[in-house]
Amino acid sequence: MRVRFDGEEVEVQEGQTVAGVLLAKGIRSWRTTRGGGRPRGLFCGIGVCFDCLVKVNGVPDVRACQRVVAEGDDIRTQAGAELPS
Amino acid sequence: MRRIVVIGAGPAGMAAANAAALHGVEVVLIDAGAKLGGQYHRQDAVASGDRFAPSALSSDVSQAASAKLARRRFVLAPNVEHVANAAVWAIEPVDGGHRVHLRVGPADGLDRIGRAVEARALVLATGAYDRALPFPGWDLPGVFTAGAAQALAKGQGVAVGDRVVVSGTGPFLLPVAASLIGAGARIVEVAEANAAVTGWLSRPFKAQATGALAGWSKTGELARYAGMLARHRVPYRSRTAVIEAHGSECVESVTVARLDALWNPVPGSERRLEADAVAVGFGFTPQLELALAARCLVEDGFVVVDAAQGTSAPGVFAAGELTGIGGADLAASEGAVAGAAAAKYVGAAVEPPVRAMARVRSGRRFAAALNAAYPVRPGWQGWLRDDTIVCRCEEVTRASLYRAVDERDVGAVRALKLVSGAGLGLCQGRVCGQNVAELADVDPAGFAKRPIASPIRLSELAEEEPVESPIDAEESGRALGVEY
Repeated sequence: MRVRFDGEEVEVQEGQTVAGVLLAKGIRSWRTTRGGGRPRGLFCGIGVCFDCLVKVNGVPDVRACQRVVAEGDDIRTQAGAELPS
Repeated sequence: MRRIVVIGAGPAGMAAANAAALHGVEVVLIDAGAKLGGQYHRQDAVASGDRFAPSALSSDVSQAASAKLARRRFVLAPNVEHVANAAVWAIEPVDGGHRVHLRVGPADGLDRIGRAVEARALVLATGAYDRALPFPGWDLPGVFTAGAAQALAKGQGVAVGDRVVVSGTGPFLLPVAASLIGAGARIVEVAEANAAVTGWLSRPFKAQATGALAGWSKTGELARYAGMLARHRVPYRSRTAVIEAHGSECVESVTVARLDALWNPVPGSERRLEADAVAVGFGFTPQLELALAARCLVEDGFVVVDAAQGTSAPGVFAAGELTGIGGADLAASEGAVAGAAAAKYVGAAVEPPVRAMARVRSGRRFAAALNAAYPVRPGWQGWLRDDTIVCRCEEVTRASLYRAVDERDVGAVRALKLVSGAGLGLCQGRVCGQNVAELADVDPAGFAKRPIASPIRLSELAEEEPVESPIDAEESGRALGVEY
């Protein structure tokens, strides 16, 4: 199964979360904060903290630790507060 | 209609669902995860199959056989509907019972399906999450909660770093370190802020003789983890914590320090360790929002329950970490009691589950002793500096929190949130609430009041949901008591 992360094709397995895919590739952060523009990635890992937000198929604010990848997902880093596209 | 809803499919929720189902009650078991088990039995999401799968129990086996299987807690009874990938965002009272609102589907997606399920009794088994204490640099990528390290290692087969420092307090740090090693990480150090957990391992006989400890299986489990850490030559230091993480874009190194009895860093004891990840766990915070929405009485941060796990709200039962932090065995015992009591509440003939009730009593004694040994002590506040982030979502620093408290009359959580901004972000104070309340010296209870229990999108809120199997209000008048 394949997804795209910021345009680049990535081979993934069924059952992997977005956070699982990105951390396995050695990617530690995938969004910046609204205020300070600081990098953030996974923190609580169980859906509580909303730090690991990522854009999936044009929809921002998706928790990477909770979202299980689906074939062809278009995953993108998120900068500050983003509106759906 | 004899139906109950169980929220949370960890050890407590699964035991509750099975206990109720074995008394002939229809059960809807709702959980956020894709597979059963919750955080404790976290299953490998990439592996195929589900070791708790309902399909393992065929509906044509005898009731005695299915009871035996279900008691092993590895399978669900056939009259349990497991709703996976579901976010419960509200509970509201209806005539004779409760209505539970959920969205089912890919996490935070726009294509989730809305459902509203009614039931005369609820079992809340929503569990707990790690408490992380702030320190300079804790907002850098590479700082994780211990639960995150555990979830990624067990559920995704990924180590959160190559060189990891584990910092916090309590026996949970040991299985986290063990999971990280299993996922291929090197543990640079395990820093326990209180006295060494290994002290427990040398004392079980004495403790048993005095009746203070009943957690035999738990101490055996800890001994296995301690053995694994020893084999991998992992340094384990007591009265020590990570007090700062360093790096520009992510963690590159950390400072650990010795702590005095109140957790103030001992000057001159600082050591710099090369590490690309930190896993932090200072105990657990219960997920209280649904219990509060159901109007359950909460005292000292936990849901108050009677001997049948009944809360102060009629027809609402609670089990597991919601009622006190006690681990998986106690949670499962409480779940078994809660499920039986909920079945009785909706009219099933139920004998008091005396053995499970006895396990709950002994489990609670063990949990109380453990929690007393691993408290969070106030010296952590001294790890912070003016520019240290205290609320991660809204990027509120300690200086701006103190300024808000000093300039305005902040006596309670609501005022504190409004003037400082802390706790107003997407996590709704789940991460910062307890810490911010301690820094500002207010009662933290209000942080868990969240009318929308799980963030949903406005389009989802606006959508109409069909109500499934609504309660027959006349029939519900026949609910039986749960006095044992």
